[in-house]
Amino acid sequence: MKFLSLIWSSMKRKKLRSVLTLLSIFVAFLLFGILCILKESLTGGVSATDAARLVVRHKVSFIQMLPQGYANRIKTIHGVSLVAHQTWFNGMTKTMDNASDVVVPSFPVDPEIFMKIYPELVLPASQMEAWMSTRTGAVVGKTAADKYKWRIGDHIQLTSPIWQTEAGANSWEFNIVGIYTGAKKNTDLSGFLFRYDYFEEMRGGLDKSMVGWFGVRVDDPQQADAISKRIDDEFANSPWEVKAEPEGAMVQGFIQQFGDIASIIRAVLSMVFFTILLISGNTMSQAVRERFAELGVLKAIGFPNGLVLMLVLGESCTVALLGGLTGLAMAWVFSLGGSPVPNFLPVWYMKPQDIYLGMGFALLLGLVTGAVPAIQAFRLRIAEALRRDA
Amino acid sequence: MSAESSDLVRIEHVTKTFHRGSEEIHVLSGLDLTVARGEFLALMGPSGSGKSTLLNLIGGLDRATSGSVIIENDRLDELDDRQLAAWRARHVGFVFQFYNLMPVLTAQKNVELPLLLTHLNRRERREHAEIALNAVGLSHRLNHFPRTLSGGEQQRVGIARAIVTDPTLLLCDEPTGDLDRKSGDEVLSLLQSLQENGKTIIMVTHDPHASARASRTVHLDKGQLSTTGPE
Repeated sequence: MKFLSLIWSSMKRKKLRSVLTLLSIFVAFLLFGILCILKESLTGGVSATDAARLVVRHKVSFIQMLPQGYANRIKTIHGVSLVAHQTWFNGMTKTMDNASDVVVPSFPVDPEIFMKIYPELVLPASQMEAWMSTRTGAVVGKTAADKYKWRIGDHIQLTSPIWQTEAGANSWEFNIVGIYTGAKKNTDLSGFLFRYDYFEEMRGGLDKSMVGWFGVRVDDPQQADAISKRIDDEFANSPWEVKAEPEGAMVQGFIQQFGDIASIIRAVLSMVFFTILLISGNTMSQAVRERFAELGVLKAIGFPNGLVLMLVLGESCTVALLGGLTGLAMAWVFSLGGSPVPNFLPVWYMKPQDIYLGMGFALLLGLVTGAVPAIQAFRLRIAEALRRDA
Repeated sequence: MSAESSDLVRIEHVTKTFHRGSEEIHVLSGLDLTVARGEFLALMGPSGSGKSTLLNLIGGLDRATSGSVIIENDRLDELDDRQLAAWRARHVGFVFQFYNLMPVLTAQKNVELPLLLTHLNRRERREHAEIALNAVGLSHRLNHFPRTLSGGEQQRVGIARAIVTDPTLLLCDEPTGDLDRKSGDEVLSLLQSLQENGKTIIMVTHDPHASARASRTVHLDKGQLSTTGPE
């Protein structure tokens, strides 16, 4: 501990250089933190999926509708326990400043069966009862409620460019009766769910009794692929052929449309770290070279080689940890503010494992950048070091 | 008491050779020297005569090519690097021509540096440093950084750092070489008073005025003692 003040004093030698080095490391780890949040946001959907759930959609694409009556036929397939449908409503509301319209991920559903299939959505029993007894009732995720300042009891309007009422209006009326939370950290809480019977009764057009896709719960997750095949076969050669697949595979396939996110992030991180490594390593080496005479004096008055090595390593690790931990902390604070694009990336948080990984990287950065100058300091011959100063 | 037992430093047949490429440079050639306990010895000689090299060997900063350097009962050539560092911390105080203070530390913290290697706690280190700075007449400059001190004051901080552990031997490499006459005289008077209080001092200098303050002067030329005796 008594040597910490010596390390701290050394860092104050060239304040501007120390600040710039700290800043570069801070930025690198802030970037690291944000990229980790982004990666989790993009791939977290896979880990949030339920192995016992399948998604059944139109074979051609998600935007093609399926008959609602398929639910009963799917339910008869061996291994299927529950079936619930969803439809993309594309509800829009005004931003808080009333400046523009934003899309709220909104879906008409059968409340009771839907909440059974998606148990990670946690809704208090009293609010569930209110939803069941209110035809225009809607429940919203906590993220959406916080974002749009919606409270239970609010009467709101959503407009949908897809769905019109029979009267030809794009505007739909709802009463907020519940706010659901997530059983897991990565549960998507940006959604808006309302009753399908209200939707079906009110909507006009040719798509009556058509729904977007089905969520299917199976008895045995091990049989998910086999059951998917059975569902596909059930509707083969029908006017609406389907594609059934485990939820995880569907989400994975969706993500892959954006390319191999994990590889891109790894590549960016590697480049950032390599650059920081060069900058910090060069700065540390230069700082130690400038102080050869001082290190020679320390050795002359009895500091052993090992202690001098530890002092140099201590300094590089202090710089790396100080910059790194501040950057990680700032990224964590950034994650608390919620997703800047909740409709596109609803899951937005920093995993504890990523924080620990960042801490490990910071320490590693300190050790690697300090290693060469520390070894130079260790090997420094006193008489030679003192001669350099003369 | 025999003459041998009163000798603190014994240099026996010491040679030191440096290599520059394939060329061998013999800096010290079979040198013998003794320094008595409590003596203030001045080492003089032209540049390149080997006086700083000899001081480095006596202080355990470098190793002789052959021969032995014995300080009290310690043969320095038999100590490994770690033992030598511990020996320096216990037995030697160094005073450098350019003071070699840490610019980011106050006078007091600079003086405390050697005490970081001891078991003294923070308060004790502070007390020892204050005593040492008081001894060199700088008790009013404890919290000043080197850049705010004059050359003479910086050198006195350097001397305080050298004596704070109460070493057996004080080695001074051109301690007045970077100072004006007045400051130089103050530093020499300080060294003399330390000798009077029992310290053994070996000082490398070019300056006859400085060597005149020593109790004995030896001249080195081309790696060999040329004359020995009072100036």
